[in-house]
Amino acid sequence: MGGAPLFRFVLQRALKMVVMVFAIITANFLLVHAAPGDPASVMAGEAGAADPQFMAQLRAQFGLDKPLSTQLWLYLGHVAQGDLGMSYRQQRPVAGLIMERLSATLILTGSAFVIAIFGGIALGALAARKVGRFSETLITILALGLYATPIFWVGLMLVLIFSVWLDWLPSFGMNTVGADLTGFAAAVDTLHYLLLPALTLGLFYMAVYARLTRAAMLEVASQDFVRTARAKGVPEGRVQRHHILRNALLPVITVAGIQAGQLIGGSILVETVFAWPGIGRLAFDALLARDYQILLGVFLVTSVLVLVFNLITDLLYAWIDPRVEVM
Amino acid sequence: MPKLTRRALARTGLAAGGWAGIGGPMLTSRLAYAQTPAVAPKKGGTLTTILTPEPPVLVLGVNNQGPTQLAATKIFQGLCQYSFDLKPLPQLAKSWTISDDGKTYTFKLQENVKFHDGHPMTADDVIFSIMKFHMELSPRAKPIFANIKEATAPDPLTVVLQLERPFEPFMLMFDATACAIVPKHIYDGTDYRTNPQNQKPIGTGPFQFVEWQRGNFIRMKRFDRYWTTGEPYLDEVIYRIIPDSQSRALALQTGQVQLTQANDIEPFDVPRFRAQPNLEVELKGWEYASQLAWIEINHRVKPLGDIKVRQAINMAIDRNFIRDRLWFGIGKQATGPICSTTKFYDPAAAKLAPHDPKKAAALLDEAGYKPDAKGVRFTIKHMPLPYGEVWTRLSEYFRTSLKAIGIEVVLETADAGAWARRIGDWDYETSVNFLSQYGDPTLGVERSYVSTNIKKITFTNTGGYVNPKIDELFTTARESSEPAVRQKAFSEAQKILCEELPQIWLLELAWPTIHDKKLHGVIQTAMGPNSSFDNVFLA
Repeated sequence: MGGAPLFRFVLQRALKMVVMVFAIITANFLLVHAAPGDPASVMAGEAGAADPQFMAQLRAQFGLDKPLSTQLWLYLGHVAQGDLGMSYRQQRPVAGLIMERLSATLILTGSAFVIAIFGGIALGALAARKVGRFSETLITILALGLYATPIFWVGLMLVLIFSVWLDWLPSFGMNTVGADLTGFAAAVDTLHYLLLPALTLGLFYMAVYARLTRAAMLEVASQDFVRTARAKGVPEGRVQRHHILRNALLPVITVAGIQAGQLIGGSILVETVFAWPGIGRLAFDALLARDYQILLGVFLVTSVLVLVFNLITDLLYAWIDPRVEVM
Repeated sequence: MPKLTRRALARTGLAAGGWAGIGGPMLTSRLAYAQTPAVAPKKGGTLTTILTPEPPVLVLGVNNQGPTQLAATKIFQGLCQYSFDLKPLPQLAKSWTISDDGKTYTFKLQENVKFHDGHPMTADDVIFSIMKFHMELSPRAKPIFANIKEATAPDPLTVVLQLERPFEPFMLMFDATACAIVPKHIYDGTDYRTNPQNQKPIGTGPFQFVEWQRGNFIRMKRFDRYWTTGEPYLDEVIYRIIPDSQSRALALQTGQVQLTQANDIEPFDVPRFRAQPNLEVELKGWEYASQLAWIEINHRVKPLGDIKVRQAINMAIDRNFIRDRLWFGIGKQATGPICSTTKFYDPAAAKLAPHDPKKAAALLDEAGYKPDAKGVRFTIKHMPLPYGEVWTRLSEYFRTSLKAIGIEVVLETADAGAWARRIGDWDYETSVNFLSQYGDPTLGVERSYVSTNIKKITFTNTGGYVNPKIDELFTTARESSEPAVRQKAFSEAQKILCEELPQIWLLELAWPTIHDKKLHGVIQTAMGPNSSFDNVFLA
């Protein structure tokens, strides 16, 4: 594929994405406002006492006294200018709040993704090579077990083993508070905290990829071109890597593309169990507090990320399998 | 050091119960009621504890949620705090006098009090906090401070508040959670809610704000120019945000945190922490808040307006079961509308009919609510309180015990936002609610029962109960400056309310404060863990 068609493809997709994002915002906006209760009533509930002027004042301050259509129109206008608004409760810009938390989520889901992809493909490939042997049975059982186990339970067990019994790793948080670490030491410190949640999140997907890779490789291995390659005298290792694995990767990438998007939103549970300060919990807390601005901001950012991941997936297809053309 | 002596004197008053025999510097530990041998205070160390849910902002007044109070009381202080029996104790006010007509309150302030930015705290800050800041922000303080005719500062360390009418419970409005003293030079003339300094709060407390990573932790460090020499003892206090209750329990169990408070630990986890040798479980420290939990009843919904129906529901519920099986022995069975730890509680007047399902069924028969073929007399809806596991269990128990007398209860779940909205809109049949009493029935009980406070807003008389006699009694108690007159009115009100049951009171709540035995002095006043921690230490 050349530079020009690729550029045109990406541009077209980007335009479609913009339209889609605004459609998503509108749908989210209506959905969020459909939930009973509003930030003023939540805040009055928290204050332990309230009076009508106080509530009216809050609603006016948040712009909630205007008709819904006006609110939506104003919001769309602000988003178009790159302004996600202010959080009602925290009185801080939403964009800043999301950026603070997005990196934590990306570190977590990114690590989990890497663990899942590489671990899964390696295990799947190994299992496919050793069909019928003990190691294949072991991998299959492990993959099935991880696939079937609820994610929070895996988390709790990892905590029980590594935090409570062995006392090797901390059970919550993202860094050691008050240690004032910088550079490499800070990275090692975060890694320390990252290991358990990333494993918890990654193990489930690793099982998915292992099963997928194994099945796809077995299917490809029985095809004629593999036999031809072997007949030509291509070394077995090369047959496995180049002829079988590469062709078996397409379904894996499809699933990975879908899951990359899910990882952003799907980490709420792990973020909660491990007190990881990510975007999933930001959204959850905002939902409970009816902090519409934060909620809409998070939805916006995650939907953009999903669209971007889809685009990357499509581009990857073409790179892995030249027969697929970007159109 | 005269200042220290005066503080020590205040502590003597506090300590009178448990420590009467010990004098001198020992008192500075203020371990008022601890049974363990005295430990000398030690400087240094970091206290790591938990905060949940995460507060939106750490400025008292701008937000007064429970978690905000826990953390912000280390940064901000009030004029006073309260002993377990609700006597005012000095904090930023060194002493005070009340005129004989009950209309003039004169506060003498502590010397050398500085805000964290170095500005001295003076009478101007106090007057600003009372007359402007909390008057605008706090729905709780506003109606009470509106009674202040004039606030003056004869000198920088004296505040005189002149009331329109005497108001006996006035002194209960001055702790940090009710009226935190905030810096005038930062807030005056600004929009208090959106002031940028709210992100980096500045108070007079023993700990100053350092850093807040949202969703992760709040970090405070020792304020070196704190007004009590030598205090605080701790170098740092760190609040970790841990949203999952089992993760919190684990953090406490493994020693990753040294203190949990409020609803950090679910009641069903408390027994195992009682058994853990390095931890101590305390239940005191909630006397000021004195939260009373009840079945919230909407009197507009038939047949809940019928007094006999409410009496039957009352007899269908076993409060011992609720306390022992749901709350695992934490808290106390309710005996009426006023908590036993609140002033003017009258054990002779507050008597509820005991648990008796048979009698309850008979009462319903008598009132004409006959069971149909399936044994159901009528069906009511019930909205559980969305504040955690134990409240869901309570509502399930409510359903079971009402089924036993032939009332079908349908549970309808709502999250916190929907719950507050529906209670405020009177859009419910029954629910569960709990309210703080703030030491005096006029401050925290009256609001739920007088007809003048039937409003479309949470924490008013949302049930719509009307009784002119009750209105009259609460008004008498509010307006009188004579404790005896007030007691008489409150006693009669308790008697009538126990008969008419506008709400079905269940439990006087207490919250477990669980801490490492190395941590000393956590619970010393009726403010419990909502105190400033200036003399808390690790040793």
